[in-house]
Amino acid sequence: MQSFSNSASGAIVLSMADRIVENRAYLSEIDGKIGDGDHGVNMAKGFGMAADRLKDGNAGLGEAMNTLGDVLMSEIGGSMGPLYGMMFTEFSEVIEGKEQIDPATFSAMLHKGLAGIQEVGSAKVGDKTLLDTFVPALEAFDAATADGKSFGEALDAFSAAAEKGRDSTVDMVAKIGRASRLGERSRGVLDAGATSCAIILTTLAEGAKERLAEPA
Amino acid sequence: MQRFINNPDDVADDSVRGFVKAHKDLVRLSDKNRRVVVSTAAPVKGKVGVITGGGSGHEPAFVGYTGRNMLDAVAIGELFSSPTAKSFHEAIKEADGGAGVICLYGNYAGDNMNVKMAAKLAAKDGIEVATVVANDDVCSAGPEERDRRRGVAGEIFLWKIGGAKAASGASLEEVRVTSQKTIDNCRSIGVGLGPCTLPAVGHPNFTIEPGTMEVGIGHHGEPGIRVEPLKTAAEVARDMCQIVLDDHNLAEGTEVAVLVSGLGATPLNELYILNDTVEAEITARGLTIYRTFIGNYFTSLEMVGASLTVLALDEELKSLLDADASCPAML
Repeated sequence: MQSFSNSASGAIVLSMADRIVENRAYLSEIDGKIGDGDHGVNMAKGFGMAADRLKDGNAGLGEAMNTLGDVLMSEIGGSMGPLYGMMFTEFSEVIEGKEQIDPATFSAMLHKGLAGIQEVGSAKVGDKTLLDTFVPALEAFDAATADGKSFGEALDAFSAAAEKGRDSTVDMVAKIGRASRLGERSRGVLDAGATSCAIILTTLAEGAKERLAEPA
Repeated sequence: MQRFINNPDDVADDSVRGFVKAHKDLVRLSDKNRRVVVSTAAPVKGKVGVITGGGSGHEPAFVGYTGRNMLDAVAIGELFSSPTAKSFHEAIKEADGGAGVICLYGNYAGDNMNVKMAAKLAAKDGIEVATVVANDDVCSAGPEERDRRRGVAGEIFLWKIGGAKAASGASLEEVRVTSQKTIDNCRSIGVGLGPCTLPAVGHPNFTIEPGTMEVGIGHHGEPGIRVEPLKTAAEVARDMCQIVLDDHNLAEGTEVAVLVSGLGATPLNELYILNDTVEAEITARGLTIYRTFIGNYFTSLEMVGASLTVLALDEELKSLLDADASCPAML
């Protein structure tokens, strides 16, 4: 079974930060349609700060995720600070100490991250939040591995489902958070959290796929 | 719009630093967290600690209500964004005098999450934390969904009365019960005449067309219940009173405290014009105005508009409202 190295994959978090910072204006723009327009600003601030702390070091993926989670929780606030902060902290807890990340570990990491998000937030799938990206992606990954697909194929399924999940939020009415106050007026636009979540998850999958190797 | 800012990303920190320099007699910055303002009187041994927290951009809320017999500590977030769990946690620790800490805050998704996480962290330190969530904004959800309503300027009364109750030597549970009664007795409404802009975003994220007003607008420009052509001050004040008092449904003879707050860019002059009619409307309903507060108590950057809060009083709330206290926003 293929896997990827934890210690050699810390740069995946730097790639996530690059993608989030590149999308700063875009994320704020979609947030501005139904939220207060600061999603990109706050996300870029948090991911950028984490990248600054990580860029000269040699952190592995678990350690880098822990740093990112810590920065988001302790510096960003809002709703996204605790939600993504918990997600990355829980991710790191599962993989920290593991030399290689195989599909079972990757899946366990996703489930723990989801549990962390659900512990602080109260959203459900269909509420027009980042869960609409996260949950279908996780389910697609598990379904692919249960079908006997390779790690790489399961990661492709994971990314495709994340993007499809993100796009599904266009037709949803927000049930939670600031956008929910708009009722029907929240329909017709992407959810900013679902969009940033797709960026994070697809970057994670790409980075993992590039590093996949057969066990020595 | 031209603004007095340095770097748009530093607005929250720059403002807090200036605030603390101006009010050294009453407040200080936490040594451990630059986003926590602490009363110079805190912590008071044996007293329930009282804290809140919220996004920047609402000055003098939230920091301005830190002081003696008021809030012991306040956590500060980015503009219009909840403080971190870490900041709320630090505020709890700074306020802790050994009798537990109560967090009196507004009903917003981010604040709910961060306070919940901070309370968990504080429990590990052995500090008991109670919470009361303000939900006085009538137009943010129907009467059957009061738990979904946002917290707005009713929080001023919540902090004043909760702070006074704690200062009286009451237990954590007693402070919680009285604070909850205060917010249950509060109803508010906002009317927006012009939008506001987050400096880092650079343009307003909601619009109020010239010649119109948004009735029921939230403290961050959340849409209200209707957009209609701008009316005279007297008509607007009558509509505000009607919405608040219909929801409140108070018995004739009830004594009330009234707070008319500007949202940032409306002159005091106009708030008094509104109050001229507000006083008449409330009195005409057979209610007695015990005290009136007019000013910029809870703002939203440079939003043009005003909010009205009506608090129904009993003997306990009256004496706590009048209790001695001092803080930068209510000297």
